[in-house]
Amino acid sequence: MLRKIAIAAVAALSLSGGVALAAGAGGTTQKVDFSFKGPFGSFDQNQLQRGLQVYTEICSACHGLRYVPLRTLADEGGPNLPENQVRAYAGQLEIFDRELDDFRPRTETDHFPMSNLENAPDLSLMAKARAGFHGPYGSGINQLINGIGGPEYIYSLLLGYTGEEKTEAGVTLYENTAYPGQWIAMGPVLYEDQLEFADGSSNSMEAVAEDVAAFLMWTAEPKMMARKQTGFVAVIFLSVLTVLLYLTNKRIWLPVKRKEKNA
Amino acid sequence: MAGIPHDHYEPKSGGEKWLHSRLPILGLLYDTIMIPTPKNLNWMWIWGIVLTVCLALQIITGIILVMHYTPHVDHAFASVEHIMRNVNGGHMLRYLHQNGAHLFFFAVYLHIFRGLYYGSYKAPREITWIIGMLIYLLMMATAFMGYVLPWGQMSFWGATVITGLFGAIPFVGESLQTWLLGGPAVDNATLNRFFSLHYLLPMVISALVATHIWAFHTTGNNNPTGVEVRRTSKEDAEKDTLPFWPYFVLKDLFALGLIMVIFFALVGFMPNYLGHPDNYIEANALVTPSHIVPEWYFLPFYAILRAFTADVWVVIAANWITGGIIDAKFFGVLAMFGAIAVMALAPWLDTSRVRSGRYRPMFKWWFALLCVDFVVLTWVGSMPAEEPYATISLIASAYWFAYFLIILPLLGVIEKPLAAPATIEDDFKSNYGAPTGTPAE
Repeated sequence: MLRKIAIAAVAALSLSGGVALAAGAGGTTQKVDFSFKGPFGSFDQNQLQRGLQVYTEICSACHGLRYVPLRTLADEGGPNLPENQVRAYAGQLEIFDRELDDFRPRTETDHFPMSNLENAPDLSLMAKARAGFHGPYGSGINQLINGIGGPEYIYSLLLGYTGEEKTEAGVTLYENTAYPGQWIAMGPVLYEDQLEFADGSSNSMEAVAEDVAAFLMWTAEPKMMARKQTGFVAVIFLSVLTVLLYLTNKRIWLPVKRKEKNA
Repeated sequence: MAGIPHDHYEPKSGGEKWLHSRLPILGLLYDTIMIPTPKNLNWMWIWGIVLTVCLALQIITGIILVMHYTPHVDHAFASVEHIMRNVNGGHMLRYLHQNGAHLFFFAVYLHIFRGLYYGSYKAPREITWIIGMLIYLLMMATAFMGYVLPWGQMSFWGATVITGLFGAIPFVGESLQTWLLGGPAVDNATLNRFFSLHYLLPMVISALVATHIWAFHTTGNNNPTGVEVRRTSKEDAEKDTLPFWPYFVLKDLFALGLIMVIFFALVGFMPNYLGHPDNYIEANALVTPSHIVPEWYFLPFYAILRAFTADVWVVIAANWITGGIIDAKFFGVLAMFGAIAVMALAPWLDTSRVRSGRYRPMFKWWFALLCVDFVVLTWVGSMPAEEPYATISLIASAYWFAYFLIILPLLGVIEKPLAAPATIEDDFKSNYGAPTGTPAE
């Protein structure tokens, strides 16, 4: 039974593979076949580690992850980095310590730094703070199938630049097909062959955008794997209990209903 | 308790007698759990149990969440993230609490519409109905204040918009709003008092729920036929009823199990589906979200609030008659609270002597239209205030009032009701007795 469900789920996921276009309100969000979608979807550790690299080398120049403790990089169900690597990663980042009245290297118990630029929003929760899918007719019903579309929005935004620019009140704005209102203050940040992944994965713009979107989904929802597991166990146990209650209820009522039938 | 004649608790052992003569608590429990219940209740009579479980779930998860939450504008948002990331099982507790509110309102709407269809509000159950309406109002207040606590963008701006409604009241509005907020705008004082009241009101709701149950345990349950249980003798009553335990307890638990399967699938697999993404952005008084929408369960009344704009003739008339005291904004507020008030007055607006909608051929259609109306209001409530939604919400709001103020009083006069069965026993037999009988609902 469980095997069948798993096979059906895998089949459904692979059938829905590929990137299709979906229209969102204001911007256009592309569908992406993330590994963590659906009730049985899970984070791909290697992808999260690549996403961390993309975040560190590109995003962190301006953006922060203020709500994410560095130690969680070692979490199972997350990037699952070895502890010494987490410590080393933390050590590269500085923090102002009020007690020392000076800067010191971060430790695992510190959080990621905050945004460097005042206008750059914190990315900790970005994948949950945006909805890529809204339809049909603004009802949000298609989110039942597509998901809410936060990571898809990030993916689409990173790839949505048309190359058009304009200057408004001294600020340069860039045209982006995913951004509601089309003109965004953040310039294009992804280029082909921009970085090298240690595991030799594709470094095409699409692959890089997908990796960092997946990483930001993890920073927004670090307990997703545990939550889905709890949900799955709860649904199975409650289903069994419900069947037992159905049979008990039927059994209890049988004499009452039969008596009426024969009366 | 007057109630339906049935066997009462008799203390048997010495210990029971000792306790019973000092505090008859076992008798109270026995009479509550063994209450004679019409045996023809259908599956729409399960929502009471679901609601009781929701209240318990919200209180238990809420008490634990409070242990980790910080009600301060600088720390509230971060403390919720702390719960989501660092507290053991915190993410589950928080999602259960958040989605528990959705289940609570889903169940309460079905419970209310059940009552509206089967005439559960009619004599002698008016008090049960009125207490129910009070519970519903307090639920809305509690949910609204709870939604402010995570201090996200929608929390802040929702609070700003809704407390702004009080500002629309003529003469005293502005001072009243300042008094409610504890300052000129939504700020730390507001967050703190909402936190305090969000903890207090569920206790008031619990007390009202006990009163609600007490009231209908006195009158007895309504049932799909609307025919009363025979009270002439215990034997007659027993033909119409079965004790709550075990028959209805098991039936309700089965239904509850089914609903919990769906609920846990929602919490486990898509906990943010019913929430608003903007609430994952910390509150910022300088950035207004492009589209401020309340949670889905407020949308029907939010639609009514927004429907009466300054160019609607009733608003113009009200404005002219009152010499400008009632403007469009205040009219909207009156309409929103009025929409709930007319529902609360249903026992006195409905003139039909037949209780259940099952035997009211014309009523059935108007009621079905009311259900559609409610869904339409929910939908337009989530839409921006522009055409065609403005016209749709005006028509839908008008129907809501027409149903209670015109259709219900009129139907009782012009409608020819069908014959209801003489007893509940007859109805039950027609379901399970004759092979051609209608299937159980």
